[in-house]
Amino acid sequence: MTMENLKYRFDGGKPTQGATTIVGVLGSGNLEVMVEPATLGGACEIEVSTAANGFGEIWQAVMKDFFARHHAGDIRISVNDAGATPAIVSLRLDQAIETYKGPQKK
Amino acid sequence: MEWQKVASQLFPSGHQIRQDSDLLLGEGRCGKHTVAVIGTTNHTEVGVELALAMATAVLDVIRNHPARPIVFLVDTSGQRLRHRDEMLGLNGYMAHLAKCVEMARRRGHAIISLVYEQALSGGFLANGMMADVCAALPEAEIRVMGLPAMARVTRISEERLTELSKSSPVFAPGAKNYLKMGGLDALWEGDLSACLTDALEQVDASDHRRKRGLERGGRLLAEPVVNRVLTDS
Amino acid sequence: MSGSYYESSARARITGMLDAGSFHEWLTAAERVTSPHLAILEQPAAFDDGVIIGQGSISGKQIFIAAQEGGFMGGAVGEVHGAKIVGVLERAVRDHPAAVLLLLETGGVRLQEANAGLIAVSEVMRSILSARAAGVPVIVAIGGQYGCFGGMGIASRCATAIIMSEEGRLGLSGPEVIETVRGVEEYDSRDRALVWRTVGGKHRYLLGECDIIVPDSMDDFQHAITACINKGDDWSLAALEREHQLLSKRVKHFGECKDGRDIWRELGWSDPDAIAMMGNDEFIAAAQGRRAKQTAGGS
Repeated sequence: MTMENLKYRFDGGKPTQGATTIVGVLGSGNLEVMVEPATLGGACEIEVSTAANGFGEIWQAVMKDFFARHHAGDIRISVNDAGATPAIVSLRLDQAIETYKGPQKK
Repeated sequence: MEWQKVASQLFPSGHQIRQDSDLLLGEGRCGKHTVAVIGTTNHTEVGVELALAMATAVLDVIRNHPARPIVFLVDTSGQRLRHRDEMLGLNGYMAHLAKCVEMARRRGHAIISLVYEQALSGGFLANGMMADVCAALPEAEIRVMGLPAMARVTRISEERLTELSKSSPVFAPGAKNYLKMGGLDALWEGDLSACLTDALEQVDASDHRRKRGLERGGRLLAEPVVNRVLTDS
Repeated sequence: MSGSYYESSARARITGMLDAGSFHEWLTAAERVTSPHLAILEQPAAFDDGVIIGQGSISGKQIFIAAQEGGFMGGAVGEVHGAKIVGVLERAVRDHPAAVLLLLETGGVRLQEANAGLIAVSEVMRSILSARAAGVPVIVAIGGQYGCFGGMGIASRCATAIIMSEEGRLGLSGPEVIETVRGVEEYDSRDRALVWRTVGGKHRYLLGECDIIVPDSMDDFQHAITACINKGDDWSLAALEREHQLLSKRVKHFGECKDGRDIWRELGWSDPDAIAMMGNDEFIAAAQGRRAKQTAGGS
């Protein structure tokens, strides 16, 4: 078993502004997520570093759902994962993007 | 090597070092220097009494022998692993010893340490690793923790840890690796009294271990990271 | 408004205790200064290697801070993690903030980095003492679920003052290590009450191993920190001589005690079993005159 590094890119997102944000703690069964601004022509790039091997398809599905929920573009998301479930991953991604965007004007 | 042999090689002009249970105390003459000697033997575990006894010895040197160098002779299997010592605050006794050594340094006493057999973890942090010049005999064993306990805490198997201990400088328990990582200044062999005399003449009271680790290629990030903190906005 | 210190992440503790908006982080997570030693063990590396450092203010006073994240590898100290803390302390020697604050939550040396971790802890010890010798108080707070153990238990007692909550634990060897080596009869690591009587906040307060005990809230920790900053430091031979006397007395008076309760009885508590259930204020009041003089810091 080795660390697995996975990369995803989703085009056609809305340019989303925010301040570099990190959420989550890299404990067993958990993950940390960092969101940074990036000049990507509206794309969203995601990098995952995980100790749990062979879950590429599940990560793909989770990331696809995430992008479908938020359509956030011009951001780079970096994930360090220590075996979190897909549900926790989705929760943390949502938390990260909301924190990144900051308080929304109503 | 037995402490008596180490002492006769370090101090060919003579020494008065007494052994009291596992504690070594006394003085030795090396060239023109008279040095205070504080040490342990028999791979002893350092508990509250021994830590306090060593602190007593350091304070004694500070009070009665201004500027006299202090030489630690290190042979320990680490801190005493007993409920009683934990309850009494062994961490505090160890810290007190370390603070006394630091105070001695600040008041102009050169601090030299020589691991002549074993050095582990807490038993080493409070004395030997506080030295200006930290040396070891080439065959000395220096490690953080015994393998069974390490396996339990890290949940890495003993087999894997043993394998890593052979192949990785970060894990291997030998003096050579500590030298490469900057944790030791030098390995001493041959004429030990010459090694000691040289050390006494080159004492640098600042903590240069990070720089040594970088120069020697054994610890590449500690020095650059500290420098980045110093220069960050 | 104040949250639980115990439940909070390191970042939340910083936000919760420093003056609003005052925190400026050094070597941010985005800079990815991570450990090079973990990949070989298939262990994921955290962006900030489990310690957050920077400067800010508390009650208007400029401080430098290092906060360990216990959730990452038990807060254990590796090469990079340790160097970040050393950097803060060495910067304090140069820049003279009002204090350095160390929020410690750690098992000590990161065993996965073995030798590098041990040397790092030693460097932290020396840099704590350098800061104090330069006139900068170093204040330690301990109140997280992982406690403060290993070489960092020694390092913490090199600091000016220690603030603990009842939930906090401070020691050298963890109960599991002692049990592994000496057996469960020597120390039953699963007996939580025993562990707290041995290394917990109330016991350490009564023994004189910590200066202040606070309830588990960030406001209370913050007030205690401010008080420590105002008190200053006493790094001197005279202070060490005083500590020496206190530590000598401690072994004399309590060296035969088998359990924390025996020590508390010696200190004058007729009902030591009641201590565990006391609230913080009640406990502090009852401890007046029934507590060993503290050895840490400038008293």
